[in-house]
Amino acid sequence: MSTVVQPGGWSYPEETADAPVEHEAISAADEKRYARTQLQIIWLKFVHNRAAMAGGAVILALYLGALFAGFLAPYDADLRVDAAIYVPPQPIYLVDDGKFYPHVLGVTRTIDRETLRRTYLPDPYTKIPVQFFVKGEPYNLFGFIPLETHLFGIADKEWGVFLLGTDRQGRDQLSRLIVGSQISLSIGLVGVTLSLLIGSVMGVASGYFGGWIDDVMQRTIEVIRSFPSIPLWMALAAAFPPHWPPLQVYFAIGVVLSLISWTWLARQLRGKVLALREEEYVLAAQLAGGSDWRIIFKHLIPSATSHIVVIATLAIPNMILAETALTFLGIGIRPPLVSWGTLLQEAQNIQTLAHFPWLLMPVVFIATAVLAFNFLGDGLRDATDPYSMV
Amino acid sequence: MLTYIIRRLLGMIPTLFVVSVLTFIIIQAPPGDFLTTLSTQMAEGGGGIDESALEAMRKQYGLDQPMYMQYLAWVAGFPRGDFGYSVEWKTPVADLIGGRLGFTLLFSVLALIFTWIVAIPIGIYSATHQYSWGDVVLTFIGFLGLSIPAFMLGLVYLFIAAFWFNASVGGLMTPGLESAPWGPEKILDVVNHLLWPTIIVGAAGTAQLIRIMRGNLLEILGQQYITTARAKGLTENVVVNKYAVRVAINPLVSVMGMELPNLINGATLLGIVLSLPTIGPMFLNALKNQDIYLAGTILVMLAVLLMVGNLLADVTLAWVDPRIRYE
Repeated sequence: MSTVVQPGGWSYPEETADAPVEHEAISAADEKRYARTQLQIIWLKFVHNRAAMAGGAVILALYLGALFAGFLAPYDADLRVDAAIYVPPQPIYLVDDGKFYPHVLGVTRTIDRETLRRTYLPDPYTKIPVQFFVKGEPYNLFGFIPLETHLFGIADKEWGVFLLGTDRQGRDQLSRLIVGSQISLSIGLVGVTLSLLIGSVMGVASGYFGGWIDDVMQRTIEVIRSFPSIPLWMALAAAFPPHWPPLQVYFAIGVVLSLISWTWLARQLRGKVLALREEEYVLAAQLAGGSDWRIIFKHLIPSATSHIVVIATLAIPNMILAETALTFLGIGIRPPLVSWGTLLQEAQNIQTLAHFPWLLMPVVFIATAVLAFNFLGDGLRDATDPYSMV
Repeated sequence: MLTYIIRRLLGMIPTLFVVSVLTFIIIQAPPGDFLTTLSTQMAEGGGGIDESALEAMRKQYGLDQPMYMQYLAWVAGFPRGDFGYSVEWKTPVADLIGGRLGFTLLFSVLALIFTWIVAIPIGIYSATHQYSWGDVVLTFIGFLGLSIPAFMLGLVYLFIAAFWFNASVGGLMTPGLESAPWGPEKILDVVNHLLWPTIIVGAAGTAQLIRIMRGNLLEILGQQYITTARAKGLTENVVVNKYAVRVAINPLVSVMGMELPNLINGATLLGIVLSLPTIGPMFLNALKNQDIYLAGTILVMLAVLLMVGNLLADVTLAWVDPRIRYE
């Protein structure tokens, strides 16, 4: 077979040179594969990533738990049981005498006369049945549906069920954790929404217009970034007047958290827009007479959406942690609101920790939530990367 | 290079000016001042405080001046090393923060060194044993380290130490040793008290660095010059350590600049949890008591620390990476 040598250095068989191009037969399955939309591809890649799927499932469960907190929590978060101060976690026994009979053991309390320390011993003869859909404290589901039914609990009001123990005021830790998740998980969303708004407008404007707008923006970001974040957050949070209502403090903390984190998004988007601005389709839109705002909102922001989603997902855990830290230090969420940070405040002192280790339980919840968000964010980043293959 | 450093240092001055203005605005934002806090405390304690005495103190500390005058008076002292007067401690701010800032810095640097010493070998192992059990476990621990912030690890550490080892934790040394003369025993005690806090502050950074090192090294191990090195018969040891690792380490230096704020954050919070003499506990107290000059100076100083740290990271990067020129 003779070959024709091209100036470029590569060659092809002569007899096929003029042959009509044969269309490769495409199987139905392949055709379906090629016709996938961008979203389908992203979803497929995401489903393949088991860590990201697990993270997403955990987050979904946590947020559902926060939504149905009143129903899931056996008690009111502020209910104090004087007879049950520092009760250790009670295990649930599912089977009794070979039958399904979920119960907890009753406890007998003894108080040391010298140290005044309470000790609780499980009493193997008092078996208190744990029932499902039990009537208990009234609460408002979603804030407006008055209900009294709880997922589980004890019908006999003389006893209590404390799966994760109680704190120094006899409040059920599990209930407080579930109710606290409402504040802790939502404050990240408040903060991220705000920083998305500020960050995307600032970043896109900075990258698209350039010039003095870009200069002012970059200097502003530089100044904000020259503060270490935690001390700056502390200073801002400490500046809230003490007479503010708790809900206002909650939103103010959301604002404070977004005040730093928008800079990350703005920087990233600016870089992205700087690159996109030179693309032909933007030039085409400009030549077709599209206004700046139309180009920004119709062309630039949509093409950066996946980027924005990933950055937002990875920013939420940091905000959850920041809220926890601020509340832990006593300058964050204020009572009567309960957050995971409020619960950690109980565990501040070394004596308490040594005697009542179950007060560290919030750490497990916080770490789980943060880990799940990190896995989800990482998975989204890989899935939205157009250069990786399924 | 020298001109670059000088230019950067000069460029810091306007930033520092804006930083100080912002700091002052934030710090004095809460209504009232130190004296109103003091008088409510006194009133709660039963003994009131005389109105005229309050007025006199207000004058003495310059709290009756307009805001911008207070700011100018504060900033004017900076070049002289005068950062105002702490109304709570009744001491000049400069005398209070020196040691604590130094300790925060020392602590952060120790944590940074720990991070590097641990992260690089683990990163190399993970990359050369990709998807092995060791790699999976280390990656998971890394993620865990990223997800639990230093102050929570500090709480867990307090619990473990108190519960299982019954060891003295918190503070810089075992109570009772403060007045003892410096000897091997005391030094060992301080080392014992600092070892775990250092590891805890460095944990998140270590996790991050491991992931970056692993990623870099994997990318480089796939390149052609590595195949060439293998093809000409070099041992795997030489290929990895002399050819690949050297190149993979470079980007880590630029991460150092990003690492520093995290270390300062960690040291601040962990200091509060473990009552270490970092700047954290003092800062929190100053904020709560509206000791404005102390809190303000600490915030400005932390920002300075960060700016200088970033400059050092950039200079180091230029020094190790011949491709970077700042001219």
